[in-house]
Amino acid sequence: MKKVDIFFTINGVKKTVSAHPMKRLLDLLREELELTGTKEGCGEGECGACSVFVEGKLVNSCLIPSLQVQGCEVKTIEGVADGEQLHRVQESFLKEGGAQCGICTPGMIMAAIALLEENSEPSYEEIQEGLAGNLCRCTGYTKIFTSVVKACQK
Amino acid sequence: MRWIGKDVPRKEGKDKVTGASRYIDDITFPDMLYGVTVRSETSRGILQRTVFEEGIPWEEFTQVTCKDIPGNNYVALIETDQPYLADGKINHPLEAVLLLAHPDKYLLQEARRKVSLEVDPLPPVYDIEESLNQKEIVWGKDNVFKEYLLEKGDIDQVWEKADHIIEGEYKTGAQEQLYIETNGIVAVANPEEGVTVWGSLQCPYYVHKALMALFDLPADKIRVIQTTTGGGFGGKEEYPSMIAGHAALLAWKSGKPVKLIYDRLEDLAATTKRHPSLTRHKMALSSEGKILGMEIDFVLDGGAYATLSSVVLSRGTIHAAGPYLCENVRVRARVVATNTPPHGAFRGFGAPQSIFALERHLDKAALQLNLSKEELRRRNFIQEGQLTATGQVINEKVSLADLMTKAMEKSDFQKKKEQFHSENKKNKYIKRGIGLSSFFHGAGFTGSGEAYLESMLGMEATKEGKIRILSASTEIGQGTNTIFSQIAAEALGIEYDLIEISVPDTALVPNSGPTVASRTCMIVGKLVESAAIQVKEILRQSGFLASTYSSSEFSKACQSYLDKFSQLRVFSKYKQPTNIKWDDQTYRGDAYGAYAWAVYVAEIKIDLRTYETTVEDFVALQEVGKVIHPTLAAGQIEGGVAQGIGYGLYEKVVWDKGQMINNQMTNYIMPTSADIGKIRVFFEEAPYAHGPAGAKGIGELPLDGVAPAISSAIENAIGLDIPEIPVTPETLHEYWVSRKVNS
Ligand code: FES
Ligand code: FES
Repeated sequence: MKKVDIFFTINGVKKTVSAHPMKRLLDLLREELELTGTKEGCGEGECGACSVFVEGKLVNSCLIPSLQVQGCEVKTIEGVADGEQLHRVQESFLKEGGAQCGICTPGMIMAAIALLEENSEPSYEEIQEGLAGNLCRCTGYTKIFTSVVKACQK
Repeated sequence: MRWIGKDVPRKEGKDKVTGASRYIDDITFPDMLYGVTVRSETSRGILQRTVFEEGIPWEEFTQVTCKDIPGNNYVALIETDQPYLADGKINHPLEAVLLLAHPDKYLLQEARRKVSLEVDPLPPVYDIEESLNQKEIVWGKDNVFKEYLLEKGDIDQVWEKADHIIEGEYKTGAQEQLYIETNGIVAVANPEEGVTVWGSLQCPYYVHKALMALFDLPADKIRVIQTTTGGGFGGKEEYPSMIAGHAALLAWKSGKPVKLIYDRLEDLAATTKRHPSLTRHKMALSSEGKILGMEIDFVLDGGAYATLSSVVLSRGTIHAAGPYLCENVRVRARVVATNTPPHGAFRGFGAPQSIFALERHLDKAALQLNLSKEELRRRNFIQEGQLTATGQVINEKVSLADLMTKAMEKSDFQKKKEQFHSENKKNKYIKRGIGLSSFFHGAGFTGSGEAYLESMLGMEATKEGKIRILSASTEIGQGTNTIFSQIAAEALGIEYDLIEISVPDTALVPNSGPTVASRTCMIVGKLVESAAIQVKEILRQSGFLASTYSSSEFSKACQSYLDKFSQLRVFSKYKQPTNIKWDDQTYRGDAYGAYAWAVYVAEIKIDLRTYETTVEDFVALQEVGKVIHPTLAAGQIEGGVAQGIGYGLYEKVVWDKGQMINNQMTNYIMPTSADIGKIRVFFEEAPYAHGPAGAKGIGELPLDGVAPAISSAIENAIGLDIPEIPVTPETLHEYWVSRKVNS
């Protein structure tokens, strides 16, 4: 298959990228746009390290062919902070020890933001369930839960 | 104290929460090639031919076999048995045979599938029993990589004096480290400049040593740089030497930079895991519940090559008798060869296996003696002044009895036990239970290891008036950069922000030893402290620093010193405290400089419709010396507890002909956030004289105690003593059904 032009908005900026239509969104972001904050942990939709927003919805970018974002708004971890001003969820992960090795962190932060957008005051169990699509091997999740709880209080 | 014991911001935290950190796969070079590894499917045999199928432009590919190796074809570590690329003989499935590189990574994947290897099979050995029985000799003379005999007192005379003799057999499975960032290396290599590699790794100097042998190059022609590393847990201790060698060989031959990143399938199937184990216990007890003797036969499955197995075995052996006083001990420990990919380092390093067996065995003994699990342990806890199994005099203020009391309180053990007992009677399917474990974990290298390593750390002043720490100890998520900065800032009496950490790059930093064995804080942290004291002393003596000073005065003093002398750099080298003595021949003496002590309590729920076990509450109480950073320290324990829950309940490696066949995150199940109940962490602090500000090591400790506490709770819930882990629903079902048949 030949390359096609894909137009979309990435972190608020309109872009056109020529790419193979089946190229994974994850690779499009990382290789064509050099947005390497989005990570690959499994490549099969299990770990959530590649989580991004497409049209405001949390998706695993390793499962999405590039063509599917034609005309869409895509947001990655690089578009979360407002310049130097971190998002409250980022602040909270930083302060509460929500990031250790950091490889799951971009995806986890995207998932936490998605959770809080849907439910501004989730219970502990709702946080547990809400983040269950994102694996972390370092933290045992406890400090991630605290980070989300603290972010709600901001 | 101003910085020690405070929750300062993680040094590299901001880059991690914004996605700015550069991990290995985020690094590219112009004109870079991608590399892949072609591996054997057969578990054992003689390689006859490599077949390149049609339809691939093979001439465009860089190909490397063992014939292309400029130096020695083995991974330099302890033994020299493991080849970088198989030279005729295949000893395990997924053994590397051929390397390919090409600019198009999609074509490369296709090419890998179009290579087939013709192998004449030889009969393999797949498990511990087969290897011990010498079904085939697959390594050395007798399949045994290493054997230790640890003896104290006279075990042979205790059996006749014993009121009870209790025997048991325990098994633990392999466990994958499952760092979320897979392994990867980028290499640049050519005869003029030598070899440079960037990678996700724990031990830059291990890789450095291995590449020197592989390329037969002097130290200054090899450079190893650690990139931000997405978790290690031991899985990036020895294996990166293999990948670095492969990437560098491809770069050497092609003359171009080469990136070699494993995808998850390959990482799970081909790289090291925790050693499976088989332990037999025979224990003599008095009617009062005193342990009179322990005879332990401890065997690990090492896989096809020796790698680090002898050292893993050593730690497992020394921890096998636990933190209990026993006058008569014999531990016979062996690690044997099988035709599976080599097992390797994983957080805990042999201790989780032998401690699982011992703790389960103590529960068994308690039941038989009609004592509570708590009471039996209390009657045997080792105390200050007493001798461990290796004859080490415990000279720390051991507080296991206190820890036990506190853990009982925090978990509300007695009340919960009674409550569950009465609820379980009423509820047909849901059964709850509570269980415990008590254990210790030695910090630093075993025995003479630290003295032999002679770790070195550097510290220098920068033009900006800051202090930079030069160390090869890697940040892998555990917080090395942060705690080193705290220790330095405290010792120098300056702002935390004035401390910088050099990238671990063998061209810039001395060898502070590998980032393993719970040694970074206690051993290398102490070097940070002593280097800081030297720097302060030099500045004072030069007259640039007054006896009291502010941070900005300190910075100015550094700058003035540099203006005058152009360089301020010190090194500090590890010196074994004189009271530590170890004899490698007799395997006796002070096995570790210090131990961390712990009592863990697990509260679980079993659903007898699905046979699923979930942890509802977990109390992790430990004494680890001075806690440098409470949030990071608790994070270490919580993460370790979660891995321990996986080890005990979920994480089963399914083997077929020596190969992991569930090598996907979909079917190798690690705990998710929904599987982890509350983990409650408590620290007791008894400062250790030889640790920085009194700290000991904590990294590995949590892995030791979780699985046995969970199994203990399962026994409490349903009266089933399951002597193996993981207790998956299938395993529980099997034992449950056979129990009904038996009774
Ligand atoms: S990489 Fe996409 S879910 Fe794991
Ligand atoms: S912080 Fe390392 S995987 Fe989550």
